[in-house]
Amino acid sequence: MESPASQDLKKMVVERRYFTFAQPPREMILECGARLGPITLAYETLGRLNASRSNAILVCHAFSGDSHVAGYLHEEDERPGWWDNMVGPGKPIDTDRYFVICSNILGSCVGSTGPASLNPATGRPYGLSFPMVTIKDMVQAQKELVEHLGIERLMSVVGGSVGGMQVLRWCVDYPEMIVSAIPLATTIRHSAQAIAFNEVARQAIMADPKWNRGDYYDNPGPSLGLAVARMIGHVTYLSDHAMREKFGRRLHRDALSFAFEGDFQVESYLHYQGRKFVDRFDANSLLYITKAADYFDLERQGGSLLVNEGLAGVCFLVVSFSSDWLYPTYQAKALVSALKKNGSDVSFCEVEAQGGHDAFLLPSERLDGLIRGFLGRVYDEQCG
Amino acid sequence: MSSVVDPPEQMRFDLQVIASWVEPGSRVLDLGCANGDLLAYLKQEKQVQGTGIDFSEAKVARCIERGLTVLQGDFRQEVSDYPVNRFDTVILSQTLQQIRDPKELLVDLLRIGKRVIVSFPNFAHWSCRLQILWFGTAPVTDQLPYEWYNTPNIRVISIRDFKRFLHTIGVRIVKEVAINTHHHDFKGNSVRYFKNIRATYGIMMVEQV
Repeated sequence: MESPASQDLKKMVVERRYFTFAQPPREMILECGARLGPITLAYETLGRLNASRSNAILVCHAFSGDSHVAGYLHEEDERPGWWDNMVGPGKPIDTDRYFVICSNILGSCVGSTGPASLNPATGRPYGLSFPMVTIKDMVQAQKELVEHLGIERLMSVVGGSVGGMQVLRWCVDYPEMIVSAIPLATTIRHSAQAIAFNEVARQAIMADPKWNRGDYYDNPGPSLGLAVARMIGHVTYLSDHAMREKFGRRLHRDALSFAFEGDFQVESYLHYQGRKFVDRFDANSLLYITKAADYFDLERQGGSLLVNEGLAGVCFLVVSFSSDWLYPTYQAKALVSALKKNGSDVSFCEVEAQGGHDAFLLPSERLDGLIRGFLGRVYDEQCG
Repeated sequence: MSSVVDPPEQMRFDLQVIASWVEPGSRVLDLGCANGDLLAYLKQEKQVQGTGIDFSEAKVARCIERGLTVLQGDFRQEVSDYPVNRFDTVILSQTLQQIRDPKELLVDLLRIGKRVIVSFPNFAHWSCRLQILWFGTAPVTDQLPYEWYNTPNIRVISIRDFKRFLHTIGVRIVKEVAINTHHHDFKGNSVRYFKNIRATYGIMMVEQV
């Protein structure tokens, strides 16, 4: 039964849409040289595009996210989108004021084309015949969508982690299309440590016999390997402090089992996260997206791609989190240092947070204030 | 002292003087910008393109929330990334006395900015002199409120010392004023005679010769 209060608060219902492009023979040419098409992107929009089409904000999701950034997919939907605390009416990314777009990344499995999609050439899922996509390719696909929506310039591109890499790739590839950028908890090049964790996650999947070299779509699939991969990921998203606070050495049974049953709460938490992930994510997508993150390097060609005159007019808000050891603050500072050389308008804050890498997704008055203030200024000065 | 708009009285008096020296529409870097009062004033009243640097997360966040461009960090390191003449004016207010390498800092600042405005507490003010001479104690004043064991002020500068220093390193003074402040530094007046003994602060705008 609905309580009177929940009847008053009408749910913000968002519709998931699909955009298909790159129909053969005009396939998209990927960074690796392969051709891919047709490509479908699942996307959702919130708020209204203003008459001058100047209030559009693109939100880029992190590695396991999807297009459902905020609100509910239907009236009975219990779970809001992944950034519902940040995006919505009156929230820092205010949908009363801005037009928000979020699409599922190329290579993922939540509505957009990825290794689990049917290959039109064979009528079977791509599996490992799916070409290696990079962050650059994901961003190129997003650009097609943005243009399809009739938007020439984005007021802002916002994202954390792998989403932050997309933000930075937008800056490098399409600086003329963006007014401002908010890269959160991210890096300009994936570190050896980050690659190492990704490789362990991939090996967990590939060592599962049910993975079958990526050809498992007619069978149950490598659920054990995928669960272990997610457990590893979760460890890197937390922090020593967060784990100590959340679990300590507490047991999830009455006494030590003196067996390998899983004694500690932290173990059962990781098992639960692993199991939950298997229900919603494709193992091959994890392989492809982690590889795209590992390939991400804006300093590869000697000298930073971010040192670029085209970025002189772009405003930046760079945010790192003090307990994030996956993309530590020194990496955000390297980004800031490169951007300063362009004469870009750059703000930077290292938010004091104990949550580890995950902190960018957790409710935080500090982060709310930063994003609200920054976007408000950009809108008033350049888009209003 | 000429100004287009009178700076607000709730701003520290040395900042009021500094604000009046900044050209409208210019590019300004404020080192140790705290809550951004000076930057906000310059942006609103003089349409300045301002950037601030401060060490405190809370202060930086406060600045960004109010729509200012501010970087969190140690400005001693942060200034080195900027290209030559990125700013018209760099402001260093009441911090010089806390810098380990003031000479190298000033050289850096004159690389990234055409002009640098420096304000600093005058250690040769009569009340400091009196405390040393009469009581034989390290001076503690409104402007220098610390004891010897907890002071962040590691450089003892007087107006005369600073001018000699500028001469030695070949930097020219464009503008200068000595001020005497009261009421917690929010009010004051400029001092014309016997500056080095009567002024609580020296403020100078300098440039490369």
